[in-house]
Amino acid sequence: MMDMPFLKDVLIPPLLEGLVVTLKLIICSIPFGFVTGILIATGRVYGNRYISFLCKVYVIIFKGCPLLMLLFIIYFGLPSLGISFSPFCAAVIGFVICNGAYNSEYIRGAIQSVKYGQMRAALALGMTMRQAIMNIILPQAMRRAVPGISNEIIYLIKYSSLAYMLTCIELTGAGKIVASRYFKFTFVFMVIGFIYLMLVTIASKLLGMLEKKLEIPGLIK
Amino acid sequence: MSENITVVVKALPFILQGLAVTMSMVLEALFLGLVIGLSLAVGQIYGNKWISGSISLYVWFFRGLPNLVLLFLFYFGLFPLLGLDVSAFVIAVIALGLRSSAYQSQVFRGAIQSLGEGQMLAARSLGMSKCKAILNIVLPQALRIALPGWSNEYPILLTDSAVTYAIGVMEILTRGNLVVSRTYKPMPLYLTCAVIFILLNYGGMKIIHLLERKVRIPGFGNGER
Amino acid sequence: MKTEDNLILKVEDIHKSYGNTEVLKGVSFEVKKGETKVFIGPSGTGKSTLLRCINQLTLPDSGRVWLHGEEVTHSGKNINIYRQKMGMVFQNFNLFDHLTALKNVEISLIKVRGMKKKEATEKALEELKQVGMEAQAGLYPAELSGGQAQRVSIARALAMDPDVMLFDEPTSALDPELTGEVLEVMKKLALGGMTMLVVTHEIGFAYSVANEIIFMEKGRILESGPPQKLVNNPRFERTKQFLSRLSELYKLGDEK
Repeated sequence: MMDMPFLKDVLIPPLLEGLVVTLKLIICSIPFGFVTGILIATGRVYGNRYISFLCKVYVIIFKGCPLLMLLFIIYFGLPSLGISFSPFCAAVIGFVICNGAYNSEYIRGAIQSVKYGQMRAALALGMTMRQAIMNIILPQAMRRAVPGISNEIIYLIKYSSLAYMLTCIELTGAGKIVASRYFKFTFVFMVIGFIYLMLVTIASKLLGMLEKKLEIPGLIK
Repeated sequence: MSENITVVVKALPFILQGLAVTMSMVLEALFLGLVIGLSLAVGQIYGNKWISGSISLYVWFFRGLPNLVLLFLFYFGLFPLLGLDVSAFVIAVIALGLRSSAYQSQVFRGAIQSLGEGQMLAARSLGMSKCKAILNIVLPQALRIALPGWSNEYPILLTDSAVTYAIGVMEILTRGNLVVSRTYKPMPLYLTCAVIFILLNYGGMKIIHLLERKVRIPGFGNGER
Repeated sequence: MKTEDNLILKVEDIHKSYGNTEVLKGVSFEVKKGETKVFIGPSGTGKSTLLRCINQLTLPDSGRVWLHGEEVTHSGKNINIYRQKMGMVFQNFNLFDHLTALKNVEISLIKVRGMKKKEATEKALEELKQVGMEAQAGLYPAELSGGQAQRVSIARALAMDPDVMLFDEPTSALDPELTGEVLEVMKKLALGGMTMLVVTHEIGFAYSVANEIIFMEKGRILESGPPQKLVNNPRFERTKQFLSRLSELYKLGDEK
């Protein structure tokens, strides 16, 4: 089954190109997904009735709607309303919306786990609600949300493969094309699987290190 | 607008047939994952280092692989290679089930480990064999502790099931797409499918929470200890 | 004290190490039918490990244990039979948290002894009555006080009709006001002729109930003897010091 020349000359070059696209997809999605998560979570906890309700509906919809479904709506559906994106953009938008919904749940839980005394103390010092959230609550909550958010980043790496279904040729797509042409499905998908496993393993190691670094002594997650 | 509604109404019976496919795929995979996942958890904790080592490897493999890649690997690669002629649906159930078993095993493992060794010691002190102790004392408690984490598998499998569109399983999304390709009305049809998924997710979780309340026992997960 | 030479348990030269620390350095003793032996000594001297070595929940590195002349050590699968005959009560109860008090007592009767459900329930209720817990039979462990939980765990062990009961600091995890009810049950058991090995700091209990007090230190038996002799006239200065500290804490002679 091992076929060195095939691996080296035929498979690896397109896979590397695909890998670059995969990495771009992930790296573009992470910061926006993070910010979306914070916005939705704070809106849900501190917003007025309407904002809080809207944020809740956002979470129900985008946690409930399969990501692939969402990607189809964005890429194949929206153009019929005159809004169209490149495959890459459509994928990133879908990832951000979905990632944000999941992140917001972790951040909300973390915000609610910060004791109310912290908010009271901040307000007693003369901070506004906004200042208290930004300077006191979120810095504590974000640390507690880190494990959950790391988890979502790992998911993102794996879900990025769905971009192929929008004809965005990333790692999985690049492999699929070679596999179909040379009819070497098992081998090619093993190699691709291996690359994803490496990505996921490296990412979890890095994120684990980050978690260690952000830990506050004496504060239990 | 009324044109959109007619398209949806006409397509609905066809799409709803996919509901049965989606649900049976999800439930079968959930069950497969439960059976395998539970055995893996027990093996990982009570097995010798070879058994627990290979289980860790299994978990790492199935958790690290994207769903789509696994489906492609099974559908285009492994199953034809092994000469297995089975439907896309069966392959989907197996792929989703194996993947889910890796996740579920970690939920169960955490639950078993959270029990502490006292329960095992007490059971053994009464003369129960290890096997009996696991079956009668450890698992009944671990399953209850694992329930909240375990019920998360349902929405995960539900969203994952849509990806089986890629290998042509006739579930909700695949059917939606088929109608789109005939009618060129993507938006109303996709939104219909999305609403079905969201309702399945939301309704399913409500039922699961009801069940959770039903099997609740004092001292388990309601802050009494 | 019983006079007939009715040997139940024989423990010979038990050694046990965890890593580099030797917890038990060769412990031997014998127990006759109906005897109550109480082990006292500073914490970390291997008393609890010793009890667990007897029913093999902890495997000793060397040494042997006999129950009724049959070897318990190296007994393979038979250990599950011997364990039924050696009831154990744990410091933190270890009641099965998913089962009611009644079912806690029942389960080993059904699963290990193979008793019929109805028969097991009857016997379990009787055992609960023995420890004064029949009224709480339907409650789950999380709904019981520490003292009640410990009494249920005693009933659970008794249900297997053991030849000897091993008590591993049964009152250490209890609030002081709850120790009395557990000690009361144990006293009743001892007076009823049960053979018992008890690891405890309750010197008052030891003084009034034990046939023999065994003082352990650093993995060895330093000295042993009948309570009156050991408490009033110990051979070693260390025993004396330890006992006087204990009696300050637990008020010797403060018996009901």
